[in-house]
Formats: sequence, C-alpha cells, structure tokens
Amino acid sequence: MTDTPTTAGTAAAVEPAEGDEPQIAYPRTEWDDYEIVPPTTSLSNEKLTMWTFLGSDCLLFGALISTYLLLRNRQPLSGEGSLKAADLFDIPFTSVSSFVLLMSSLTMVLAVSAIARGEMERCKLWLLTTAAQGAVFIAGQVYEFTSFYREGLGYTVSISSSAFYTLTGFHGVHVSLGIIMLVTLWAMVNRGIIGPERAETVEIIGLYWHFVDIVWIVIFAVVYLIP
Amino acid sequence: MSTATEAASEEIHESDEAHDDHDHGLSDFGYIKVALLLAVLTAAEVLIYFAPPGALEVPLLLILMVVKFEIVVAYFMHLRFDNKLFTWMFVGGLVLAIAVYAAMGTSMLFWTDPAGCDLSPNLNC
Repeated sequence: MTDTPTTAGTAAAVEPAEGDEPQIAYPRTEWDDYEIVPPTTSLSNEKLTMWTFLGSDCLLFGALISTYLLLRNRQPLSGEGSLKAADLFDIPFTSVSSFVLLMSSLTMVLAVSAIARGEMERCKLWLLTTAAQGAVFIAGQVYEFTSFYREGLGYTVSISSSAFYTLTGFHGVHVSLGIIMLVTLWAMVNRGIIGPERAETVEIIGLYWHFVDIVWIVIFAVVYLIP
Repeated sequence: MSTATEAASEEIHESDEAHDDHDHGLSDFGYIKVALLLAVLTAAEVLIYFAPPGALEVPLLLILMVVKFEIVVAYFMHLRFDNKLFTWMFVGGLVLAIAVYAAMGTSMLFWTDPAGCDLSPNLNC
C-alpha cells in the first residue's frame, strides 16, 4: 500500500514554510476516501515464509518420491544394470541412522526450548548435538552410497538407480544445508548476535530441521521398508 | 489431524500442560516422552519389516509412517499450538502434492503396473 495517490493528476508545488519539508499538493481523488490499513495477520512474516517454503518443498519431495515409485522396478532383468537399490538395502544400518535423525529432532526442539528460557549455554549444546547427529546421518548415507557403488549400483546403471540416488541425494543435500544452518546459528548464539529476544530465529531453523526429519520418515517407510 | 495420533499423544500433552514454561508447546520432559514414543514406533516398523504380518504389512507400515509424521509436525513443529494459518500453508502444500502425484501415478498406471513397463517397452524394462 502507498500513501501517495496513483491516479493521474497535476501536482502543484506548495511553497514550504520556513524550516518545513517541501510538500506536493495533489488534486483530491476517490482514493482519498479510503482509510489505509496496513495489511497484517499479527503473525511473524519469517515464520509464515518458512511454513510456505515447507509447503512448497512437499511438492519437490512428492515429485521425487513418486518418480522413484514409478521407476523403482525399471532395470534390465539380467546382466549389467539388473541390480536395484532394494536388493542392497541394509535395513538394520538404515534403521540406526533413521533413529539418529529422529532423535536430532528432539535435541533441536530442546534447543528452541532452551533459548526461549534464556539458557544460552544449553541452547548452544543442543544446537551442536543436533548438527552432530545430522553429520552422523550424512556419514551413514555416504557409507551406504559408497557400498552400493562398490556392489555395482552406479548412478547411471539404470533408471531405477538414478531415481533412488536422486531422491535420497536430494534429502542428503537438505540435511547438509540444515547442518550448515545449525552451525551458523551456534556461532551467532555464541557471539551474542542471537539472544533470547530472537528465539524465533532458532525456532524457524528448527522447523526446517524437523521437515527434513519428516521427509525421511516417509522415505524410510516407502522406499526402504515397504516391499 | 487424525484421532489416532491425538489419542496416542493426548495423555502426554495433558500431563505436561501444567509444566509449560514458555508461551506454547510442551515441557522438556514432554518432548522426551514424545521422542520415546517415536522411537517405539520406529522399532515397531522395523519389527514389522523383519516379521511381516502377511497382508497387513503395508497398511501397518503406512499407518505408522503417518502417525510418526503427524506427531513430529504437531509437537516438535508446534503446529498443534500455533496459529491455524501455518497449518493451512503446510497442509495445503502437502495435500496439493499428494493430489498431483496421485493423479500422475494414475495416469502412468502405477496402481496396476508398478514398473510401468507396458507403457514404455523401449526403456529396458
């Protein structure tokens, strides 16, 4: 919204009084009859933006998951490239890394809770713990990808393997970005840039982290566990 | 939100409401109890994978997945306690994604032919 009329009109300069800012007088228009009310939902714009982003990210992961489901059995029946990711899954290993990521959501929410109470040291500890758990998850994913590759499942071996690596790789990139955000947040809290009065910043990064977690809940069930 | 999750988590919420020490959400102990519930549900998923209960395997895994998803969104992401507009923004994207990709799966005959080979015989099926 703007407080200057947008309709055409001839502006006339008004002689300013001594010491006043020069003013421009516009002809009265129909818009002057409306009271200008600033648009507001009384909600945090940053938080609303993050939720909107997460809603849109559902579409990204929806595309990747449905593409994997469509292509997961599309590979040669025999010979080179006949291997598919589901043949190589190590469910106990993936279960442990899933559990680690799930527990990182707990430490994240404890960090948010701590900064809201003004307990900065505890907040920093939980932030670092969350980032460390994310790093453990990523290390597990790198190990999984490496072992799959050594078994002969390269990215371009079949459409099925490409769909698998693209889906889990995109999730891994999200986790990695989350780790960078958490470490940056830790540094900002450590330097006093973020204090209890800006607890919402930690909460917003937390929303992103939890989203990464819920996406993995879906991937773990749909890709790894459901035959 | 489903009644299943609400029933499972109502007790946790009610027992911790009195201990809230900030504007919304649970107490730290409440969050730990929610995390323990999630850990138990994950263990149940893995158990179902290794000891599949026949035809119930896929429905049970899907139900557990939805319950875990909902618990994280409701409690860890505070949607249960926050303004409904946030819920609409997120659920709107989620429902749109499910609708679009369900339609896509249907058009690709996903439900009757998971591999989709009959549609694309040249793609090394």
